[in-house]
Amino acid sequence: MIEIDKVTKTFGAGDAAFTALRDVSVTIRENEFFTLLGPSGCGKTTLLRLIAGFEPPTIGAIRLSGRDITRLPPNQRPVNTVFQNYALFPHMSVAGNIAFGLEMLGKPKDEIAKTVDEMLRLVRMEELKHRKTSEISGGQQQRVALARALAPHPEVLLLDEPLSALDLKLRKEMQIELKRLQSETGITFVFVTHDQEEALTMSDRIAVMSGGRILQIGNPREIYERPSERFVANFIGESNFLNGQLSAGSVTLEAGGTFTVEPPQGVADGKVSVLIRPEHVTLAGTGTKGAALTATVENVVYSGEATVAHLKLTTGEAIKARASNQPGAGGALEIGAQVGLSVAPGAVTVLVD
Amino acid sequence: MADARPQKPQKGYSVRTLPGFAVVAIFTLITLYAPIAILVTFSFNAGTSMAIWEGFSLRWYQQAAANEAVQDAAVRSLFLALVAASVATVAATMAALATTRTRHFPGKTMIYALINQPLMVPEIVTAVALLIVFAAIKVWTGHTSMIYLIVAHTAFCVPFAYLPIRARLETMDTSLETAAQDLYASRWLTFRRVTLPLMWPGIVAGLMLAFVISLDDVVITEFVKSAGQETLPTFMLGQLRRVVTPEVNAISTVILLAGAILVSLFFRLTSKRG
Repeated sequence: MIEIDKVTKTFGAGDAAFTALRDVSVTIRENEFFTLLGPSGCGKTTLLRLIAGFEPPTIGAIRLSGRDITRLPPNQRPVNTVFQNYALFPHMSVAGNIAFGLEMLGKPKDEIAKTVDEMLRLVRMEELKHRKTSEISGGQQQRVALARALAPHPEVLLLDEPLSALDLKLRKEMQIELKRLQSETGITFVFVTHDQEEALTMSDRIAVMSGGRILQIGNPREIYERPSERFVANFIGESNFLNGQLSAGSVTLEAGGTFTVEPPQGVADGKVSVLIRPEHVTLAGTGTKGAALTATVENVVYSGEATVAHLKLTTGEAIKARASNQPGAGGALEIGAQVGLSVAPGAVTVLVD
Repeated sequence: MADARPQKPQKGYSVRTLPGFAVVAIFTLITLYAPIAILVTFSFNAGTSMAIWEGFSLRWYQQAAANEAVQDAAVRSLFLALVAASVATVAATMAALATTRTRHFPGKTMIYALINQPLMVPEIVTAVALLIVFAAIKVWTGHTSMIYLIVAHTAFCVPFAYLPIRARLETMDTSLETAAQDLYASRWLTFRRVTLPLMWPGIVAGLMLAFVISLDDVVITEFVKSAGQETLPTFMLGQLRRVVTPEVNAISTVILLAGAILVSLFFRLTSKRG
């Protein structure tokens, strides 16, 4: 278990000072796949470097399994890192790289040899054991970096955007691979990414960060379906933001329709912003009964597995409706047509703005 | 329809179209290399003349090899270059680590300038300064061993060893050292297992460059040496004052060859990445 306790990190001093983390607190549970998600410059990599011990926090404490490690140098922390550029030692073989951490820990030779073989098997690289790291592909280097960091069996594995250099297909494979490694080794993974889809697919819990703060922590479903604020909703997935009036647990949209909602804490009755995901909006055909909203079709985008209709509500607000494509169904929407829209029950989320 | 042709963007200028460039280039190459070519050619001359070719012979090489004064000077030169270059390389390695692997501290730029000082101060100034200091010490202690030459050569070799080592350290990925620390290596082990093996080509390059610089130094050696401490270059200078024979050409050719080999090895080491 890692406890980040009210950590602030400031680089530089005086006018050039830059605060990368502002009063961040989070508890990462044992054996959890925890993701720090946010745009570049949000402080996620800084937080990772603080946990690794490459930088000390300016204020605050970091505890690992109850022990204060705030001032411990990186070589004394049972934490290993998979670097974004892998940082494999170019003068050592694949096996030499994997053995490095164990050698530094002073493990006996036969145990090192055994663990190296075990790790090579774990990442499916047995046949490349004696290769130089410059002679293997990017995906293979990635696996060696993983094996090297896992070999000393750390309490926590830190991963700094490890998949960003891989192409899409390899990235998908490695996502599954990482999940498998995490469940097989039982090690806590702290994963840094700016890719929201990657975060949703792999994580047990996600912390969404922006401007050096954690905006929301939750499991992927909570983050996607109940984002606490507009930034989180906007950063993860496609969003429709509409204005409405909250009163006694239900929202009446300016564009029409009333929906029961669970308003988050601290939101008073009155004018609110709400989120509706495009896949929860269904085109109901012109003048269909039960359609809560009326809109004009502005554009239709076909993307293989789905079609997204861009529409304009009577209030002038833009809204998108996403529907997965059915075989043979080619009912083309006409641009400029008037359509009815229905919104799935429970799909309206009130945002803290 | 005015000028529909796409214009080629002008980037820098081409040496091919620069007027007079070829003339300057050829002139420079000739002045640089023609004398050396003549020197090498006449080292194989059968006669004593430096101007008239009298047929091919290895006579001057044999004579130089048999000359005890030449042997003595050659051994001294090699010994001096080896010791001075080694000590300078150790110092330069430490200096390079201190100027690239530490956080910025006040005076860092100053230190950089001080290390490179011998490259900027005219050699004759350094030579005179060393002569005055060493002469005083010699009078005071009565000690006249080669230590003065070793100290002087070490001093002016440091920047030559420092530059390639620093260049190597600057291109090295510091995340490798971070990774070693992350994998439980102490500072010393990080240096021994990661930094040192990776900076090794830079150290060897620095050593060779310093060796070549020491080997062909005349000015400082001439001022600092005590009686009977001839190195190859000072011996040759002494020869030229008296009678000039192609023996000097033969010695020069050998030094040239040794230098050329070391310098090409140096370029190989510094150009190869990883």
